[in-house]
Amino acid sequence: MTESFVSIRNLYKIFGNNAPAMVSYAKAGMHKKDMLQAHGHVLGLRDINVEIKKGEITVIMGLSGSGKSTLIRHLNRLVDPTAGEVIVNGTDIMKLDRVRLQQLRRTQMSMVFQKFALLPHETVLRNAGMPCSVRGDGRAKTDETARKWLRRVGLAGSEALYPHQLSGGMQQRVGLARALTSNSELMLMDEAYSALDPLIRSSMQDLLQELQKDLQKTVVFITHDLDEALKLADHLVILKDGEIVQQGEPQYILLNPADPYIEDFVSDINRARVLRVRSVMEKTIAEDDGYEVLDGDETLERAILRSHGAADKSFAVHSDGTRVGTLKMTDVLKALVPTAATGRNHSNV
Amino acid sequence: MAPYEKAFEALGLWSWCDAGATGGPMSMDDLLAKAGAAGSDNAESFPFPSLDVLHKACGAIPRTRDMTAGLERLFLDVKDPVKVVLDPVTQPLSWALRNAIDLMQSLPWWAAILILVAIAHFAGRRIGVTVFVLMAFLGLAFIDHFGYAMQTLAIIMVCTFICVLFGVPIGIAMSRSNRLERWLTPFLDLLQTLPTFVYLIPLIFLFSVTEPKLYGIAIILYAIVPSIRLTNLGIRLVDKDVLEAGEAFGMTSWQKLYRVQLPLALPNIMAGINQTIMLSLSMVVIASLVSAPGLGTLVLRGINKLELGVGLVAGLGIVLLAIVLDRVSRAALQRVNKMHQSRT
Ligand SMILES: Nc1ncnc2c1ncn2[C@@H]1O[C@H](COP(=O)(O)OP(=O)(O)OP(=O)(O)O)[C@@H](O)[C@H]1O
Ligand SMILES: [Mg+2]
Repeated sequence: MTESFVSIRNLYKIFGNNAPAMVSYAKAGMHKKDMLQAHGHVLGLRDINVEIKKGEITVIMGLSGSGKSTLIRHLNRLVDPTAGEVIVNGTDIMKLDRVRLQQLRRTQMSMVFQKFALLPHETVLRNAGMPCSVRGDGRAKTDETARKWLRRVGLAGSEALYPHQLSGGMQQRVGLARALTSNSELMLMDEAYSALDPLIRSSMQDLLQELQKDLQKTVVFITHDLDEALKLADHLVILKDGEIVQQGEPQYILLNPADPYIEDFVSDINRARVLRVRSVMEKTIAEDDGYEVLDGDETLERAILRSHGAADKSFAVHSDGTRVGTLKMTDVLKALVPTAATGRNHSNV
Repeated sequence: MAPYEKAFEALGLWSWCDAGATGGPMSMDDLLAKAGAAGSDNAESFPFPSLDVLHKACGAIPRTRDMTAGLERLFLDVKDPVKVVLDPVTQPLSWALRNAIDLMQSLPWWAAILILVAIAHFAGRRIGVTVFVLMAFLGLAFIDHFGYAMQTLAIIMVCTFICVLFGVPIGIAMSRSNRLERWLTPFLDLLQTLPTFVYLIPLIFLFSVTEPKLYGIAIILYAIVPSIRLTNLGIRLVDKDVLEAGEAFGMTSWQKLYRVQLPLALPNIMAGINQTIMLSLSMVVIASLVSAPGLGTLVLRGINKLELGVGLVAGLGIVLLAIVLDRVSRAALQRVNKMHQSRT
């Protein structure tokens, strides 16, 4: 297994005047609603434990107000925790003073915002070069780096424009280029695509996946859209009222939802398009049985297409050229029926 | 017996009152009361216990007249030590005003107009405004008011410059500290609501009327308020997301100030400067009472000597100058706004 780049351990965040005193209640098992009623404090996050793996996309999903933004802002300490620790690349960021925290933000992490948050009075080039100029790099070097990443996100030629002259999708490309210019390992994306319309959004998701193939950054991506989460996530964390309801591999969560809340979430998606062959197949290393070959990373939709609707067909599932299992079409049909919750906190971390 | 005498007796303050009874100069009221003699006692047996009334009952209590005189004395007493500090600090202001006025008047008329029109053009970048400014100055020159207008303009320029120089940093400080904002707001309110003449009273005591800084300070105190207020407001209204972005990429608070807060607050700051210019103009007219040169002196002459025509024409000149200043600073403001608008 890959190593963690960020570890969040026993994290609590409570908003209110007397927050530290409230931690003991939260630790004793008090939930968001009760705390608001009994003590007038907002329980932002309760007992969060997440390992964010290097080179993976970790998606944090939840409804509005579930604490996603609060959680991601703990990673660069835009928000300070009430209790618990955040370890980034081996350093406990709570122990850093102001200067070293700035240093960390400049070198180790970057952020993409829902509302783009570009500087309106600076050109696209200057905006994209912001992380470098903040660090104090020279103008020439800054511009060169910025130009390179602008080209990479498909904005070559727009360098001299101002943000308000660009469409939303293009502005977010500048936001993405800005994050990449910082050349840092961790990339935080707070609902980065939520303000974009569906087609642009989809192409931005593709862009991220394509970049990820080359760069293998550690990405924390926030969304309230399940399709987006399933498309991007290597590791999926589902938040509700400031608590983690389930986390794990997305395919696993889809097939084994831990909670009625997640069942609700996953009930309206097109399972055939999301579930992959390898999640449904039987793991047999059987001999050559003459079945048609199917790649493990294909979706069930592909398998159904290939079967031409024949319910008794089976496929030999291959991964990287070797046989890993067998897919029976009857299992495919079963997998398409939404699963009921299999009991609480059934995670496969 | 004077009203309230009983009250002092009952409180056992009799001896204190007697000891304090020094007589002092009599007021007209006292004299009249003496003449009217007794018998009028019950004319008003229950008057409002004002200082004057209480003084009659108890000599130790000062009259209102004594109070104002005391305030004056206090002012005169602190005047000299205050002047020791204030005089050198404000000397550059006198110097700047004097030189600016001299400079503006020593320029040949065509050079002055050329420079002013060029400034208007580069500030506003609007042909219409530039042409209007040219016409306005040519018109003022045609009716022989150009020199006066230049004096007024010189004063406004110096005062506006100083207002911005101090107002913007004060506004920045105010935006960073809620406590400072709470403390400063009543003072700013006071400066803006105080009738403009009232400014002049303590200043006349402090400085001689021949010194330009007398009216300079009055104008600055009055006109600096919007610069402070709108800088504070503008910085507080800066988009939280953009500020957060700066923070997330590791900006220092200094970098945040000059790369995010000031540029994003610029439309508001410019609006504040526009108001500062307009307030300077209105105050410079009033300040002609204390020897500020310029168009205001003509208005004053109109009032003092009942020269109706002189006063009216000068008044129109002031209006023209006001429109010029407003249009140019507004054009500059709009230019900045255009960069900031249409953001999502
Ligand atoms: N500064 C704050 N003071 C008080 N409560 C806060 C503060 N910031 C966030 N909260 C509360 O914490 C909870 C989580 O907020 P957060 O913004 O993290 O939600 P979110 O999941 O990002 O929602 P959205 O999808 O709307 O962005 C909410 O109930 C919110 O009211
Ligand atoms: Mg949010």
